[in-house]
Amino acid sequence: MDYNFHWRPVFRSLPDLLNAGLVTLEVATLSMVFGVIIGIVFAIIRLKMRGPIRWFVISWIELARNTPALFQLFFFGFGLGAFGIHLTPFWIVLAGLTFNNAGYLAENFRGGFQAIPETQMRAARSLGMNASQAYVRVIIPQVLRTVYHPMTNQMVWAVLMSSLGMLVGFRELSGETQFLASKTFRIFEYFAVAAVIYYVIVKIIIGGSRLLSFRLFRY
Amino acid sequence: MIEIRGLHKYFGEVHVLQGIDLDVNKGEVLSIIGASGSGKSTLLYCINALEGIDEGRITVDGVEVHAKSTDINKLRQKLGMVFQQWNSFPHLTALENVALSPRIVRKMSRSDAKKLAARRLEHIGLGDKLNSYPNALSGGQQQRLAIARALAMEPSYMLFDETTSALDPELVGEVLDAMRLLAEEGMTMICVTHEMGFARDVSDRVAYIHDGAIEEIGTPEQIFSNPKSERTSRFLANVR
Ligand SMILES: Nc1ncnc2c1ncn2[C@@H]1O[C@H](COP(=O)(O)OP(=O)(O)OP(=O)(O)O)[C@@H](O)[C@H]1O
Ligand SMILES: [Mg+2]
Repeated sequence: MDYNFHWRPVFRSLPDLLNAGLVTLEVATLSMVFGVIIGIVFAIIRLKMRGPIRWFVISWIELARNTPALFQLFFFGFGLGAFGIHLTPFWIVLAGLTFNNAGYLAENFRGGFQAIPETQMRAARSLGMNASQAYVRVIIPQVLRTVYHPMTNQMVWAVLMSSLGMLVGFRELSGETQFLASKTFRIFEYFAVAAVIYYVIVKIIIGGSRLLSFRLFRY
Repeated sequence: MIEIRGLHKYFGEVHVLQGIDLDVNKGEVLSIIGASGSGKSTLLYCINALEGIDEGRITVDGVEVHAKSTDINKLRQKLGMVFQQWNSFPHLTALENVALSPRIVRKMSRSDAKKLAARRLEHIGLGDKLNSYPNALSGGQQQRLAIARALAMEPSYMLFDETTSALDPELVGEVLDAMRLLAEEGMTMICVTHEMGFARDVSDRVAYIHDGAIEEIGTPEQIFSNPKSERTSRFLANVR
């Protein structure tokens, strides 16, 4: 093999790569926040409602879980673009990831809600709580515990999935790596370092999630 | 006062409550006995509208429970309920279990709600368990926690649905004692129970329910020593 490794240009642009890593973390985190909220609402709708809203929710969940994440991203990019709606790359990625997260999380939450005995709801309502107080104070905290690990996995998945952003021109970690690599042609070196950064981000998420679980679930 | 008139309830085709008429006066302790499936739990759930009704009406202190205009969350504050299954909230400590509703429903301040909760738990003998999570409590302690939690809403009535029947025998006594204490303090209580000793000692009246209708109602002496109905005496002969 006569390929010579040149790491210097990569290390020189390390600050740019780390910054891009933060962008990745940011968009993944936001997509999780929205995904969790939408996922909880969808799970409740799917369990409790009838009619067109429920069908809309089921279609969303089915599409999110059974089509390539890349297509979902392209929908918010080129798909909406065809209708004259032009989102910025950041919003395309955020919308695509949120769509995907919400679909997967809704199903996790649905299982979580079903695991809570009906009597918890009855007890809460018998104490004078209205339905939303009962959900927020009694049911959802218990559901969050049962779906805590799937949620952590989804967060990891969101970080890795966000690399698709490079295909819609978003300068998250992969997009930035691609941009720098194509300027210097040190493609392998750049992507190797980026892979290490992804690895570290994922490990931090998993470790942080474990620490948080010790604090949150003392019962 | 709780007034029930011509109450009918169906689950699909099944006619679970078949015309119940019943008054419960302030300060009274009423025990409801009857075979499994006779509709005792359903009757309690209708009183605080955890179940809807199909015919008739129920009023609590003159307010019609199932009227559309009734603020049911407000009315339920008058009607404490303790269930057969222990349903402490597992993610909250004993203190938080009791303080939650006073805080978010009665809008008490956090510290007032905690003080109230601590008082309630001490009163029922759980003063040393304030910061325990329910999974560290025995079934009997969890049922007493449920009683304290209901009482923290300062209800005028308490509904008990076979509060002791999921408990190990050695834990039944402490829960019945807590209920006895409450009766002595003058609480108005409706107790669905299989504990005939408790029904006889504590109740002012006992109602025997058969197939969704009140077969016989009267003082404990009358029901237990001198039942008028053939069905009542047969039921009592079987549970003894
Ligand atoms: N949610 C429900 N849906 C359908 N049927 C129900 C429901 N709840 C109760 N039933 C039926 O209604 C009847 C009365 O039930 P209920 O629980 O009131 O009886 P119970 O007297 O409390 O019995 P137990 O002593 O076993 O608790 C039973 O036949 C039961 O199967
Ligand atoms: Mg019952």
